[in-house]
Amino acid sequence: MLLDINNITRYFGGLCALEGVSFGVESGSVHGLIGPNGAGKTTLINILSGITSATSGNLRLDDQRIETFPAHKVAALGVARTFQNIRLFPVLTSLENVIAGQHLVAPRPLLPRLMCLSGTRRQEAVYQKQSMDILVRVGLGDRADFPAQHLSYGERRRLEIARALASRPRLLLLDEPVAGMRREEMLGVAALIRSLVREGMTILLIEHNMAFVMDLCSQITVLNFGSVITTGSPAEVGMHPEVIEAYLGKSDHHA
Amino acid sequence: MAQLSYFFSVYGSLVNFIGINALLALSLYVTLSAGQLSLGNAAFAGIGGYTAGILTTRFGVPYMMSLLAGALVAALVGFLLGMPVLRLRGVFLAMATLSFGEVVRIAAVNLKITGGAEGLMGMPTHTKTWFIYLMIIGVCYFLAKLRYSSVGWSFESIREDETAASAMGINTTYYKTLAFTIGAFIAGLAGAMYAHLNYIITPGEFGFSAAVNLLIYCIVGGSRVWYGPVLGAALLTALPEILRGIGVTAGPIRMFVNGLILLIVILFLPNGLVSLFQHRKTADASVLACVGIGEE
Repeated sequence: MLLDINNITRYFGGLCALEGVSFGVESGSVHGLIGPNGAGKTTLINILSGITSATSGNLRLDDQRIETFPAHKVAALGVARTFQNIRLFPVLTSLENVIAGQHLVAPRPLLPRLMCLSGTRRQEAVYQKQSMDILVRVGLGDRADFPAQHLSYGERRRLEIARALASRPRLLLLDEPVAGMRREEMLGVAALIRSLVREGMTILLIEHNMAFVMDLCSQITVLNFGSVITTGSPAEVGMHPEVIEAYLGKSDHHA
Repeated sequence: MAQLSYFFSVYGSLVNFIGINALLALSLYVTLSAGQLSLGNAAFAGIGGYTAGILTTRFGVPYMMSLLAGALVAALVGFLLGMPVLRLRGVFLAMATLSFGEVVRIAAVNLKITGGAEGLMGMPTHTKTWFIYLMIIGVCYFLAKLRYSSVGWSFESIREDETAASAMGINTTYYKTLAFTIGAFIAGLAGAMYAHLNYIITPGEFGFSAAVNLLIYCIVGGSRVWYGPVLGAALLTALPEILRGIGVTAGPIRMFVNGLILLIVILFLPNGLVSLFQHRKTADASVLACVGIGEE
């Protein structure tokens, strides 16, 4: 178990956004997190990445307790994420966005730069090549010099994934990675996710597109009104009566 | 050569003022580059100036040592102030730093050691024009190199989106405090040099209008690259002389022209004058947008 979510509860004032949420994310798997709007999916991802804190409960990443960690410390342990409402650096170019995402893995010390040491330029070239490779991998190789704000919606989503990949995470949290994408773009992202998992990355993704989720995920957790309905394989989850009820409403047997 | 020395005899002090203002604008550029709108940099200059001035006049400390001490004391105060106030964002940070500036000014007016409202007098006028511009070159070199280091990328990330920056492993509190401290150091250095330019400094010179002027230099010049604030400071400091040259001498009309230029720049060159020299498409990146004013 790479990530162990244990009894996470989060209140916003009197509103209970999450209540006793527990499930585990297997190392090297694609784990789906689904549920109707307002079920608490994004709140959970925010807690996992340290952007907000849980009211109670604990989180373990490889047996290390991380629920009290601020976001940058969680990231340092190899957790990267994307955001549902895309949060790129709008005036920076695509390449610069990825370069900024390299913060944890590509140290660019100031002192050698001030002294114009010869190694700096070579090192920078290596880093830039790595960033460029990631851009090419998400299909944005020809957009390297475009400011992020001038990209199309689907391109911005892919650039956010690229920026997250730049930190070489173990666990990647994707919040609606294919929302608003065309079908071909979506298939591209699905292929990307598969190849990342083949390389040993673990992925937890929120997505409303059921075909996408059912196709990619080995495990799915269903949230409704802040509680876990069930966790299981796509087939199990699809048959679960409470899941069907949450999505389609209650069937009226007396009719 | 004779013409040059004539130019300096007439405009020497203007050239010095442009240099000091450029340094001060650069100090604000550092804080702005990390997305933090500080109106406290004039006060940091005051702290640097008074520290250095007191050291040379009362304790006979050598000029160079007093500059270093002024810059370090300002940086220390910037660090201590930064830790609590950098939790605030946008205009709230501006308000907090503005109040800090008033505290410093009022302290300078009321303390005995600062010479009160009449100001601190008797500083040896050791600051030479070449030295001011040497410092500007040094600071510009430092900032140009800083931009593409890890620190510079972190500043950029924080300015663009603090939450996303923290999710990428950037310790936002650390880097914001660092930006604030570096800014205070440069402002303190500029203030210390200013104190040894004119024999006297007074509290009013480091007050609200000075703080706002620095911001205007950055907005007019452009706050996205290091040479923008230098450009803005040079143009706006020289403007009264330029106006005098074309026959505009009265007081209020200068303020009017100042305001007009600011308005034109904000409307047509939201990235400042530097966008006249740049070909990159980076719209909507004005200093106002970068500190979160006018966001939806």
